[in-house]
Amino acid sequence: MGEMLSVKNINVYYGSIHAIKDVSFHVDEGEIVTLIGANGAGKTTTMHAISGLLKLKSGEIDYCGQIISKMEAHKIIRLGLAQVPEGRRVFSGLTVQQNLQMGAYTRRDGKEAIANDFDMVYELLPRLKERRSQPAGTLSGGEQQMLAIGRALMCKPKMLLLDEPSMGLSPLLVKEIFKIIRDVNRNGVTVLLVEQNAKMALDIANRAYVLETGTIKMEGEATELANNIEVRKAYLGC
Amino acid sequence: MQFLSYLINGISLGSVYALIALGYTMVYGIAKMLNFAHGDVIMIGSYVIFFAFGSFGLNPILSIVLSMVVCTILGVTLERVAYRPLREAPSLAVLITAIGVSYLLQQVAQLLWTSSPKSFQSVVGLAPISLFNGELTISGETIVTIVACVVIMVGLIWFVNHTPAGHAMLAVSEDRGAAQLMGVNVNATISLTFAIGSALAAVAGALLCSSYPTLQPTTGAMPGIKAFVAAVFGGIGSIPGAFLGGILLGIIENLSKAYISTQLSDAIVFLVLIIVLLVKPTGLLGKKVNVKV
Repeated sequence: MGEMLSVKNINVYYGSIHAIKDVSFHVDEGEIVTLIGANGAGKTTTMHAISGLLKLKSGEIDYCGQIISKMEAHKIIRLGLAQVPEGRRVFSGLTVQQNLQMGAYTRRDGKEAIANDFDMVYELLPRLKERRSQPAGTLSGGEQQMLAIGRALMCKPKMLLLDEPSMGLSPLLVKEIFKIIRDVNRNGVTVLLVEQNAKMALDIANRAYVLETGTIKMEGEATELANNIEVRKAYLGC
Repeated sequence: MQFLSYLINGISLGSVYALIALGYTMVYGIAKMLNFAHGDVIMIGSYVIFFAFGSFGLNPILSIVLSMVVCTILGVTLERVAYRPLREAPSLAVLITAIGVSYLLQQVAQLLWTSSPKSFQSVVGLAPISLFNGELTISGETIVTIVACVVIMVGLIWFVNHTPAGHAMLAVSEDRGAAQLMGVNVNATISLTFAIGSALAAVAGALLCSSYPTLQPTTGAMPGIKAFVAAVFGGIGSIPGAFLGGILLGIIENLSKAYISTQLSDAIVFLVLIIVLLVKPTGLLGKKVNVKV
């Protein structure tokens, strides 16, 4: 299995703040890789740099053999690299159905193929089907998270970036969301998962990176890191 | 009967405000900026029609189409040259730039066509109709203006809700970043918004000057401001709001001219705006912005 995404020595600034310092990591095809770290470690900044919402100061990001770090965000998604942003950011005035339709915005492969993916998403996330004609703003937090994932899946991604999907959700819902992520991965989508909930993330990931104040502090197999004393102390609370 | 006549004329004037307000409200909703040069785009468009139709005798429909093309190019160019470089700038910088662009257009018009008022020949060929044994006469301009406004309104709402480009506009207006993540080209969407708003401005200019036939470089300024008021009145960012705000504003203005005072009519219009904003700060149809984390 080849390298799908490779982030090479990137530096990102927020104004004068050096938010990401020389960060490198990679994600292989078919994997679930997680980036864990506390608030302000630079996780979301890294995600925005990959999806093109933020520009790099230096370094390079390759995806499927193509340099994407100089591409505009709306072109990157056309390569099959979708992001579920932090805080879900569903279009609250649009209905569930319209939100999913927005996810398929870049697709030109015909109504039938898109209809099939609607079925696929509704099968994976049956709760969305019940609420298909409701404005997204009226959904609960968990349902909005599902919608954000479903919306990203509508573009037929090869790789999914998930930014804090567990944020603000009850433990039960977190479990459900993580099960969905695992299902999505089993269907052949490579996943890069950013999480503060290190326990859950390490549970489903193959490999993990620990991000601290803008630099990668540790990396390794997820099971390995889950047993690491330092990680246990800092992120797992035991 | 008198009242009905004032009312219909008010609706007609309001239709023009509504068309202009659409440009304000769409640009505000999608680009999050107030394009104060919008009124002056109307003025430029009216000059195009004045020369094409009045001086060169071009077919009135063709003249309007030509004016729409010119205004579209003008609007898109203004956005590209003056506003896009300020996309990440504080909104005050953009606002001041827009006011600057407004003065620039007025001054250029003055240089090109002098400040002396020109007498605009109506583009509407429809004869006035008489109702109730001649007690009520409605001019062709009034009818055409109201019909045009309703048709454009319905078309625009359909466009926004039923086409991919319309959906992209809705998405950008809600969350620019998330729209980009869906693959929406934000710059292209903003350009399209300016194009539509400016084309509507051309239509509004043609209708406005057909009813009020004096054309000079400041012609667009006052209707521009009133349409902005209409957009805020109806709830800025909302397309039906612009329509409702425009029509109501036109009616209020015309009725206060008729029954209260011609001089005070503008003051009354602005007074109503202040009251509405005090009672309902988001305007009549404005959405309350809920921030959910």
